[in-house]
Amino acid sequence: MKKKMTRRRFLKRTAVAAAAASLPLSVVEFSWGSGSGKNFTFAYISDSHLTHIKGTKFVRNFDQGLKKAVTECNFMSPKPDFVVYGGDLAQLGKREELDHGLEIISRLRHPVKWVIGEHDYYLDLGRYWQEKMGKLNYSFDHKGVHFVVLNSILTYEPWIKQWKTPQERMANMARLDNPKGSPFIVGDLQIEWMKLDLAKVSKDTPVVVMSHSPLYKIFKPWNFWTDDAEKVQNVLKHFNNVTVLHGHVHQIMYNQIGNITFEAMMSTSWPWPYPVSYIKKPNQVPKLTVMMNRADPFHERDATGWSILDMENGRVTNHYKLWENKDRILKYDDKLGYPVDTEYQAPASRIPPQDHY
Amino acid sequence: MVKSLRNLIALVVFLTVAASATLFADEFSKKDVEKWNKEFMTVVNQGEKLFHSALGTNTVSCDMCHPNAANTHPETYPKFQKQIGKVVALRDMINWCIQNPLEGEPLKLDDPKMIALEAYITWERKGKPLEPGRH
Repeated sequence: MKKKMTRRRFLKRTAVAAAAASLPLSVVEFSWGSGSGKNFTFAYISDSHLTHIKGTKFVRNFDQGLKKAVTECNFMSPKPDFVVYGGDLAQLGKREELDHGLEIISRLRHPVKWVIGEHDYYLDLGRYWQEKMGKLNYSFDHKGVHFVVLNSILTYEPWIKQWKTPQERMANMARLDNPKGSPFIVGDLQIEWMKLDLAKVSKDTPVVVMSHSPLYKIFKPWNFWTDDAEKVQNVLKHFNNVTVLHGHVHQIMYNQIGNITFEAMMSTSWPWPYPVSYIKKPNQVPKLTVMMNRADPFHERDATGWSILDMENGRVTNHYKLWENKDRILKYDDKLGYPVDTEYQAPASRIPPQDHY
Repeated sequence: MVKSLRNLIALVVFLTVAASATLFADEFSKKDVEKWNKEFMTVVNQGEKLFHSALGTNTVSCDMCHPNAANTHPETYPKFQKQIGKVVALRDMINWCIQNPLEGEPLKLDDPKMIALEAYITWERKGKPLEPGRH
């Protein structure tokens, strides 16, 4: 039905048109807050799980995933301002594995920001990582965005101390479906550090938090879980625009809790099933998530990949680069107030392999 | 003569045993069920250990891609597997995984290890209706 043009509608339209004419500037000013923000692009590679067999032998499949991501990243145009490595570079935290990963990543032509994962940590409690990659938690500012990196894969002291050897501790943390596992925590010490760090940041500055584990609770039996997530969310609730980027779950997953957008990064090594596929426990996959295509094991790189992230007007647009599947784009919808898949968000547009059971 | 007598005795013994067996064949007790279940769970537990250990040559284990055997879909077999080009059983896919991601030698189809792996994988999916052929 065509609406009659009234004086009020005419004025409104003129105002919209005027705003549209100056859109880049006005939206930028609005979304970037009082800071001097500028659009930019960065890349995210995560969960390579490089596995040492013996001597100089590593699992070929997982090496291929990381090498492919590094090569593709080097071909990016426009170039990313930096690349984030999202954790679980190693499978069992061995120096051989971390060194091997550093060697492959040294071929990247862009600066790297490191986030530690539990597979990198539980053999020597992060000692070698700190020696080679640097601090486990830190923050930095980039073109108007405040980035916070957390070590979110800590856990409770009694669990850490119960094992006879570091190898036993590492093996028990590495097994995802381990009934003797322990949930991740950020810990009060780090949360206090984050409070102090964010005290200097104005509430209209876009904040991006990068952690290995999701900073919310998804599925405890597989440790898609951070036990003190609410405490972390509480510190972030004062900001207008917060995005949490995490690895660990090896699948497309996204959610919105209050002011915080959560987005999972792909793994370069192998995909994990969605918790909905384990029928013995209640499913807790976020309702917002349109699941990735079911992995076809005949294709080694299926359901794996990496991400290009465009920081546009202070919001992240996430381009999932999927090697054996069509790419997926996740864009924050200002009107709805949460991220949506640009192609598959509507239930009618989904395809059979996105049905996980 | 002696031989046919022996045969006759054997036949009588067989018929007696067969007759008594027919009478009681279905009457198993709770105790029997418990015992059989224990046997079954022993094999499930063996399968669970195998599923979480390196069955090939590269230290990779089944659970790395399939926590709690999820995404194995035992209830959908036999089904057509595009890349094998025909309808196959779950055990054919188990062997495919051992040969490819695990870079190992396939198990014999009646290997007790294969039976144990199948027992564990199906046990984790217990209660799911059969849907042979589903993709």
